[in-house]
Amino acid sequence: MASEDVWVLGIHMTKFGKHPDKDIVDLSSEAVLGALADGGVEMKDIGVIGAGNLMGGGSGQSLQKQLGQTGIPVYNVSNACATGATALRVAVMAIKAGETDMGLAYGVEKLAGAGLLAGGTRKEDSPTWEPSGRFGAVAAVDGRIGTETMPGVFAQIGMEYGHRYGGASFELFAKISEKNHAHSTLNPLAAYTKRMSLEEIMGDVMIAYPNTRPMCSANCDGAAAAVVVSGSKLKTLSLEQQRRAVKISASILTTDPWEEACQILPDVNTLTRNAATQAYEQAGIGPADLDLVELHDCFATAELVHYDNLMLCERGGAVDFFNSGATWRDGTTPVNVSGGLESKGHPIAATGVANVWEVTTHLRGEARDRQIPGAKVGLTHVIGLGSACGIHILEKAA
Amino acid sequence: MSEQVPLVDYLALGDSPHLVANECTSCGARFFDRRNACANCGHTEFTKVDVATTGEVRAFTIVSFAAPGVPVPYVAAVVDCEGTSVRANLINVEPDPEHVTLGMKVRLATNIMGTDESGTEAIGFGFEPLGG
Repeated sequence: MASEDVWVLGIHMTKFGKHPDKDIVDLSSEAVLGALADGGVEMKDIGVIGAGNLMGGGSGQSLQKQLGQTGIPVYNVSNACATGATALRVAVMAIKAGETDMGLAYGVEKLAGAGLLAGGTRKEDSPTWEPSGRFGAVAAVDGRIGTETMPGVFAQIGMEYGHRYGGASFELFAKISEKNHAHSTLNPLAAYTKRMSLEEIMGDVMIAYPNTRPMCSANCDGAAAAVVVSGSKLKTLSLEQQRRAVKISASILTTDPWEEACQILPDVNTLTRNAATQAYEQAGIGPADLDLVELHDCFATAELVHYDNLMLCERGGAVDFFNSGATWRDGTTPVNVSGGLESKGHPIAATGVANVWEVTTHLRGEARDRQIPGAKVGLTHVIGLGSACGIHILEKAA
Repeated sequence: MSEQVPLVDYLALGDSPHLVANECTSCGARFFDRRNACANCGHTEFTKVDVATTGEVRAFTIVSFAAPGVPVPYVAAVVDCEGTSVRANLINVEPDPEHVTLGMKVRLATNIMGTDESGTEAIGFGFEPLGG
């Protein structure tokens, strides 16, 4: 194990779902204490904290006040749905920079019962029209000039792919959701573990065509945390700690480069493709080497485009790729065997660490009923609108 | 006729309503908002350009669930107006997948958003099917 590599030493996720009896600090504490115990270390061993929380209340300092005020630097990060991956990347960067040899990253959110997270309210029209804001708008524009709602934005992203390459129907998107709900039945930590038929999915409440309710990520409570360590430090730890450690072969964060239309409809494609290209190069592997992928299926329409963006298939070939069965858990490139955001749930900031937990658990051979046999390499991906893309490639210890 | 104001400042009213973009004088990138600089090349000079009033639907969704006060269902779309992408609702069309299709040809149309207490109308825009 090369000294300059960074490894996941300990990792934990809470059950995703409703936790009315726990506040946000309880949730982050549970995840962090779990990750510390999993790694066999304590708060005093940690040299830096990347704290991910988007909707408020989950700062690193609030966690320290419960688990240990050791005086170390805390970076409170907020990067839309890429918040968790960004927190992890902060800890990785601190180790790579030589500032510390062990770091902690976590993401936490309390979102159970939340409705639309954007476009969920509309300001009342004012008594007189007065232009304001960057568009000189005299009234609210959501619903009048397109949609600000996430189900609607991501519906268009999937439809645009269909327009460009064909074959993307309501039924196809619903089948992607059917896969993820089927996968969730094997994940006891998922918020929803009910298998749903294609008919049930298509017949459910329409949110934003073609996304029905089960095709949307589920708002819920949850937290996930990871302890990361330098290769040189890991060499000083026990053989059992070394055996269970998982190498972070790539840690990448990108934003969207300007392209025509990117300020009209968020472009989640180019920045993901750029991040994937950099990640494969950094890890020295290709998409064919991946044993499993946890990608950002915030909506069923999003999963399709990311098959292509992550280069799991030929450019323009995502529909055929899905229809071949490749992304089911017994396929050539299992995608979202956790159940994905549509059923596991999407406590926003937790997601970018929870997907690393999922892949790590498979690489350690500890995923029980849903274990992908012999998994050695996996990829995690999140997209935060605005936009930010985080990708981590993880490898089993040799 | 009562006084009218556009819903947004990039909608030009009058006899032939159309959208007006800020075009970077260096690279040609187009934007609809007030600019500090060009997101593509960093240049800070822009010129006003009229955007084509006809186009093709490149992406759409039919929003059935929205904030209280937003009438649903409505069609939100990205319209490719001869190379300039525009965010808009599709109007004067049934909001269902039988009537709204990818690639359909559309043209700009205006509609009255509301009237304020001084009697001024706010005029919005959308795209309607060509020949519809």
